[in-house]
Amino acid sequence: MELFTNQVLAGIATGAIYACMALAVVMIYQAIDHLNFAQGEMAMFATFVSWQLMQWGVPYWGAFVITLVFAFVGGVAIERILFKPLAKAPVLTNVAGFIALFAIINSSAGLIWDFTIKQYPTPFGSSPFLGSQLISTHQAGMIGVTVLLLIGLYFFFQYTRIGLAMRAAASVPESARLVGINTSWMIALGWGMASAIGAIAGMLIAPVVFLEPNMMGGVLIYGFAAAVLGGLTSPFGAVVGGFLMGIFENLAGTYIPGVGNELKLPIALALIISVLVVKPAGLFGRHIVKRV
Amino acid sequence: MSAAEEVVAEGHEAVEAVPKRAMTLSTGTSLLVLAVLLIVPAFVKNFIIFQMTMLLIYGLAVLALNILTGGSGQFSLGQSAFYAVGAYTSAVLMEYFNVNYALTIPVSATVCFGFGYLFGKPALRLSGVYLALATFALATAMPQLLKLNFLEHWTGGVQGLVVTKPDAPFGLPMSQDVWLYYFTLVVTLAIYIFSVNLLRSRSGRAFMAIRDNEIAASSMGVNVALYKTLAFGVSAGITGVAGSLGAIAVQFVAPDSYTITLAISLFLGMVVGGVGWLPGSFVGAAFIIFVPNMAESISKGLSGAVFGVLLFLVIYLVPHGARQIAILGQQFAGKLRKN
Repeated sequence: MELFTNQVLAGIATGAIYACMALAVVMIYQAIDHLNFAQGEMAMFATFVSWQLMQWGVPYWGAFVITLVFAFVGGVAIERILFKPLAKAPVLTNVAGFIALFAIINSSAGLIWDFTIKQYPTPFGSSPFLGSQLISTHQAGMIGVTVLLLIGLYFFFQYTRIGLAMRAAASVPESARLVGINTSWMIALGWGMASAIGAIAGMLIAPVVFLEPNMMGGVLIYGFAAAVLGGLTSPFGAVVGGFLMGIFENLAGTYIPGVGNELKLPIALALIISVLVVKPAGLFGRHIVKRV
Repeated sequence: MSAAEEVVAEGHEAVEAVPKRAMTLSTGTSLLVLAVLLIVPAFVKNFIIFQMTMLLIYGLAVLALNILTGGSGQFSLGQSAFYAVGAYTSAVLMEYFNVNYALTIPVSATVCFGFGYLFGKPALRLSGVYLALATFALATAMPQLLKLNFLEHWTGGVQGLVVTKPDAPFGLPMSQDVWLYYFTLVVTLAIYIFSVNLLRSRSGRAFMAIRDNEIAASSMGVNVALYKTLAFGVSAGITGVAGSLGAIAVQFVAPDSYTITLAISLFLGMVVGGVGWLPGSFVGAAFIIFVPNMAESISKGLSGAVFGVLLFLVIYLVPHGARQIAILGQQFAGKLRKN
């Protein structure tokens, strides 16, 4: 029983990261109807920036805040410069654009900070949390930060003018434009926020997977799986999907014999495909109806 | 984010429609290209012949994707998985059953056709980004599936398998590389002609009807499910042939040669060559083979970034890829003739 509780709690901790990635993916999907394949690389780059700041002597939380601002500005800039001109292009061109972005960020990070694996500090320490052996303080911190972030986002979208405008621009762009919302900038804002959320995920997972240019590959696939599971049209679903994915991954690794690290990705694949086949809209997503 | 149950997806078009006639080259140009391809090996070094063989092989794989995307309007970021299955089929048959290399190719084609057809079944329910995502997951998982313990006896696990390069038959006075080049050329030519005819046939018209408007196609009596899975099967089959030829040319198969990077390269090759323009597949293949090398010679550490920037340039400046350049060239030639 203790093993079970332990694995579930550890699953919730990694699930928090998947939830953040899934949320970032869904936010951009809501804004522009495309999956950002470079989301993980953007998060990785931001994490490297925070690492560099700490190397220069900035304290952890200072670096954290500066990195968030950097990621936000970077996300907005990428949308304005690279993807706004592609808004009307076919899906295919956009996918190619995301792949190009992926290659550029990955290779620049490799050039600036090289491909060796680096230690990344955690502000929470790694002693047992509240004296219990079930969960470490870093894992508890991961869950805590994610929950705070989610509450903050909920209030932002539910109770602020700009949050309302963003929701309007995402669900009915034409009507939103008619009532005077600048939908184009709302998309840019969505990119900036998604980029910042991804940066938080990167900085939280870096102490676990270590810092290197390819660290987000697996995390992003799990983020996609989580987003699909929860429904690509539902931010709330993405978060739930993220936590479910984390728990599922840990339990499958513990209780199904033969499922080790090497089967992690095939499991995500199987899950993505089965969700898409059985319930394409995901657990909480809207059903898409096409007009003839 | 709204609570509305039904939302109309206005959506982006998956791919732009290409008229049927614009899909191929004129007869004269085709013959000229073929003549060049036939003569070149007499004048160049073995290494360049090897690279040309790889160009034809990747060209085939891009062509396969082009039939799927440019023809039937479906996405795939998972072509590397079919390529890997083809390569492994050939390698296992050649090394464990001593089957002649030429005979392994139809076998791979059949196996991959089946695999693609079956994968196309669940993919039927998906379109656009969802399909891109599912195939992306397939490509990511493939290397790990090949490394599985219970397959290790056949696949050689992480080590992979070594494949023997065939000699020229009938005592022909050619090096192995030259023979393999001509062999590949013949296979490529056969598949190219098959593809052109396929797209001009009843099935091809059905593919294109689905690509342009699925609902309209089905209301006119096109069996959408059948033709969509068929497109997946044909595409996978051709990719499998490319995989087999690739395994024979490189003389080695290993799980890590067939990662998502390969699938992405093939996808980019299609975008660069021009979606729906079959000859463009080979231009695209040249792009994915030579541009990374070029990028590396410009800056070693930044090769990925240079590649990405070049790709953005292609997307912005010539969104229809090589097809657009070919059309411009044709118009220019027409103007010259008039003067």
